[in-house]
Amino acid sequence: MAYALQQLINGISLGMIYGLIAVGYTMVYGIIGMINFAHGDVFMVGAFVSLIALLLLQLGGVMDGTAAILLMLLFSVAVTALYGWTTERIAYRPLRGSFRLAPLISAIGLSIVLQNFVQVSQGARVKPVEAVLSGGVEVFREGDFAVQLSYMQMLIVGTTLAALAAFTVLVTRTPLGRAMRACEQDRKMAALLGIDTDRTISLTFVIGAALAAVAGTMYLLRYGVIDFYIGFLAGVKAFTAAVLGGIGSLPGAVLGGLLIGLIETFWSAYFSVQYKDVAAFSILVLTLIFMPTGLLGRQEVEKV
Amino acid sequence: MNPAAALRDAGLAALVAFGLFAPLVGLRTDVSPTGGLFLRTRWTDVAILCGLVFAGRFLLSLWTGRRGLRPTAGPTPWTARLERLSTFVAPALLGLALVLPFIPGVERYELDIGILVLTYVMLGWGLNIVVGLAGLLDLGYVAFYAIGAYAYALLATTFGLSFWVCLPLAGILAAFWGVLLGFPVLRLRGDYLAIVTLAFGEIIRVVLINWTSLTGGPNGISGIPRPSFFGLPFDASGDPGTFAGFFGLEPSPWHRVVFLYYLILALALLTNWVTIRLRRQPLGRAWEALREDEIACRALGINVTTTKLSAFALGAMFGGFAGAFFATRQAFISPESFTFIESAIILAIVVLGGLGSQVGVAIAALVMIGGFELFRNLEEWRMLVFGAAMVVIMVLRPRGLVGTRTPTVALGQKRAISGDLVSEGHG
Repeated sequence: MAYALQQLINGISLGMIYGLIAVGYTMVYGIIGMINFAHGDVFMVGAFVSLIALLLLQLGGVMDGTAAILLMLLFSVAVTALYGWTTERIAYRPLRGSFRLAPLISAIGLSIVLQNFVQVSQGARVKPVEAVLSGGVEVFREGDFAVQLSYMQMLIVGTTLAALAAFTVLVTRTPLGRAMRACEQDRKMAALLGIDTDRTISLTFVIGAALAAVAGTMYLLRYGVIDFYIGFLAGVKAFTAAVLGGIGSLPGAVLGGLLIGLIETFWSAYFSVQYKDVAAFSILVLTLIFMPTGLLGRQEVEKV
Repeated sequence: MNPAAALRDAGLAALVAFGLFAPLVGLRTDVSPTGGLFLRTRWTDVAILCGLVFAGRFLLSLWTGRRGLRPTAGPTPWTARLERLSTFVAPALLGLALVLPFIPGVERYELDIGILVLTYVMLGWGLNIVVGLAGLLDLGYVAFYAIGAYAYALLATTFGLSFWVCLPLAGILAAFWGVLLGFPVLRLRGDYLAIVTLAFGEIIRVVLINWTSLTGGPNGISGIPRPSFFGLPFDASGDPGTFAGFFGLEPSPWHRVVFLYYLILALALLTNWVTIRLRRQPLGRAWEALREDEIACRALGINVTTTKLSAFALGAMFGGFAGAFFATRQAFISPESFTFIESAIILAIVVLGGLGSQVGVAIAALVMIGGFELFRNLEEWRMLVFGAAMVVIMVLRPRGLVGTRTPTVALGQKRAISGDLVSEGHG
């Protein structure tokens, strides 16, 4: 029981990270109908930028937990958002209206570019970081087994919820959010009504990248080890989360992320750690076959 | 664009480049001997990169201001020239491939590269059936390559079957897996299909790593038997029962390399021949129709299920053949050879060669794999260039370098169709 509770806590904090990345996938899919294959690598860039920020802060003497984390987040979000904007500008915008496989292939190329760019510029070795925030509270004790809720996990859940709340306000309450929703429904009509669709799409990528940067920072702080390859697996899993929740649906992405995080954690805890990636991939395949619209998705109608 | 505006534009681009490169290139995180991390600054590199972006953007905007850089609609003179050229290129390449082992100066090393290039040509042609002809984006093609390789390795080491018995078995097994994978994903749209095939490729790899009792896990399988020349093994003893002894030749390791070379050449040509023949048959035409518009296909009564499955099965089968060849050539296989990046390389070859063009795929494989070998010591840079090439080609020539999308049959006048002229149905 206590063991299961601990897994639940671990699963939720992992699922929050997946959820943040998944929002980026689902948003881009909703607005231009393509899978941004490079999004996982944007997340990886976010993790690296926050690592660099952390080292800079240590050089500058800012070691205090909360302030350091806040500054890391800001720096990472700013730089990664710029990456998001640039990738859209270079690799996707020229392909609008091209044949349907073109943006996907371009995204795969971009993913390779980002991975190898970070590998060349930052080296292929894994980067270990000392914990910025350690300790935690004991929630519950059963015999010898103490259920720990670390400060780090609280921080992840808190930051994620804050980021998602800000994001929800942005989508539902601001003119930009309205423009985004309009573009999602009908891009041509939105353009006719005077919405700058190119700018809206750019900003969608920027917001997605910013959320991925938050996820990257959280990942770095939680696991303390990153390398240039983390984006691939995290990307596929977050994509699975987006599909499971119903691609195009924002609450669905978060829900899917939580489910994937929980499934993965419980699978590793009770069955086998080696096959935990297979579990995530199998869920993806099964969802697409039996429930292509996901949990909260809409039925897509194909028009000729 | 006038020079002043171009200058301003280039300045902006350089500013963005600074924002991108300053943290990741300018500040390198290095692991110190004590295990901690420290930062090493490299501002000169950042300055050079920003300068390059500035100059590049400035020249580009001046140039496009004059000429107007747009993805071309319809066949350009350049494409037409390439088309004409390719009628000569194909026989020339084939001739060169046939005589390569006998060209003076071609040593073991050159021939090994030839074998490697031909392996990728074959994989490219195999994937071309799925991606280029049927328009199904498969990101897990390496799984079939792996299945072929492991099928041969296990059959040969466990049951002692010869290469020639195992080759068709490996192909059949891979085709079987192709159908097995193809069946559930039939209803999926192009980009979902891509992700599911990617997941499938990864599942196969994870299973290969973890199913230690069957596959040897990360250590792989070693001691895979080498192929024999129709029962005559290659060895240095010179007995009448060996290749050299039977033909009265001086025993030499060269014979085996030449044999392997012709073996993969024959396998690749088989793939090509089957593809070319099928394109003229109803099945091949159904593939091409499927690639262009799935909804129209259904409306015209084409059985989409069998059409897709046959593409998957055939593509997988040739992947399996190539895998069996890979296993017998290396005599050692491990899951490390079958990562996602292999799938991406094969896909890149098909894409760069022009989806659907046979000569294009061969040229792309030659340029990329051959080019890879030239820059072997720049390991990490070459993938960077590779990815960049994929993006640039998609932006400038979405239909690939060589390929124009000329359907094999057309009503009335045969026209090349560019991506701009047709809006594709979501297949």
